[in-house]
Amino acid sequence: MFSGLIDRVAHLGAATIHSFRRLGRGSVFLLEVIASCASLFTRPRLLIKQLYSVGVQTLIIIVVAGLFVGMVMALQSYYALIDFGAEDSVGVMVALSLMRELGPVVTALLFAGRAGSALTAEIGLMKATEQLSGMEMMAVNPMQRIVAPRFMAGVISMPLLATIFSAVGVIGAYLVAVELLGLDSGPFWSQPQNKVDLYLDLYNGIIKSVVFGVVATWIAVFEGYDCIPTSEGLGQATTRTVVHSSLAILFLDFVLTALMFTK
Amino acid sequence: MTSRKIEILVGLFVAAAIAAFFMLAMQVSNMSSYGGGENYELSARFDNIGGLKVRSPVSAGGVTIGRVTGIQYNSESYEAVVVMAIETKYDKFPVDTAASIFTSGLLGEQFVGFEPGAEEEFLKQGDVIDLTQSALVLEQIIGQFLYSKADEEE
Repeated sequence: MFSGLIDRVAHLGAATIHSFRRLGRGSVFLLEVIASCASLFTRPRLLIKQLYSVGVQTLIIIVVAGLFVGMVMALQSYYALIDFGAEDSVGVMVALSLMRELGPVVTALLFAGRAGSALTAEIGLMKATEQLSGMEMMAVNPMQRIVAPRFMAGVISMPLLATIFSAVGVIGAYLVAVELLGLDSGPFWSQPQNKVDLYLDLYNGIIKSVVFGVVATWIAVFEGYDCIPTSEGLGQATTRTVVHSSLAILFLDFVLTALMFTK
Repeated sequence: MTSRKIEILVGLFVAAAIAAFFMLAMQVSNMSSYGGGENYELSARFDNIGGLKVRSPVSAGGVTIGRVTGIQYNSESYEAVVVMAIETKYDKFPVDTAASIFTSGLLGEQFVGFEPGAEEEFLKQGDVIDLTQSALVLEQIIGQFLYSKADEEE
């Protein structure tokens, strides 16, 4: 009975050490990636190619999701606000929530699911089929050639995608509030212009999305680079990418909101 | 896919993001009200500013003519000092203009309202408005109302 208990304690300790070791490896990996990013200036073509597969191919889901999020928010806030005769504030409510929170967060969650998992699977498969070691044999640094362009593409794409998400969401809200529910378009635009601050709201939202981009892409490329090179290990790594980046995004969103929007 | 096509699509992606940013900046945020207009500063002292905040509008006759840019407390005169930036095109306010703090709607936002006086001289950069009326604080009004009710009943 005692040995069973001790085994459990030992198991717990091993798991803790294992996760701290991974965190340490991940941090060193992040530094290596940032150091390798300098080589992208001599080879922008690699970056463009990754911007296509990370950014452009994620664009459709972002646009569709943004449109519907904006439409649903307009509909819901309309029904809540009309009781107070404040339905003119639908525009400012949707615009503020999109730019401060939903734009960066939902984009980052979709990004982790769509682009992050693909990055992990791609890099993991390269590792499993020994393409990465093959590159090293040919004196090509896989950090510079494979990881850095993907990381950089993710970091650049996230704020662009989040901005598009917010803009499309506001357009979706406009369609529902003004075209469908018949609100006046004057207050829909003028209230946000009065209350949404360029620096406080728009710029902070963009800063948020850059942070999420760094974290989500970092987790994705690290999981791929660090995965156990079997089909099972690859599957686990892809799952971990989505789970860990989603949790990290939600946690960081709380921290950043607490830092940015409290006075 | 050829690299030419990829480059075009990435270019379109970046252009779409920039367009989205400009749409948010110009159409949705207050960037247009920062826009280029020159301002001059006035200040006013109030006993109580209620819920007035920095960036609250300053209006005359219902038209927004400027914004509150700073609120301090003067601990010598025990008054709140409100600094306002007024657009230069509205520079014909007489020196006896009165500034009051109003509430838009019953529970809405508070703003500074100007009521022009009749003097020949105009307010200029750095001037202080003397005629002020403080914010109506709802709790105080209710309190006074209850007191007067209680007095009546006695």
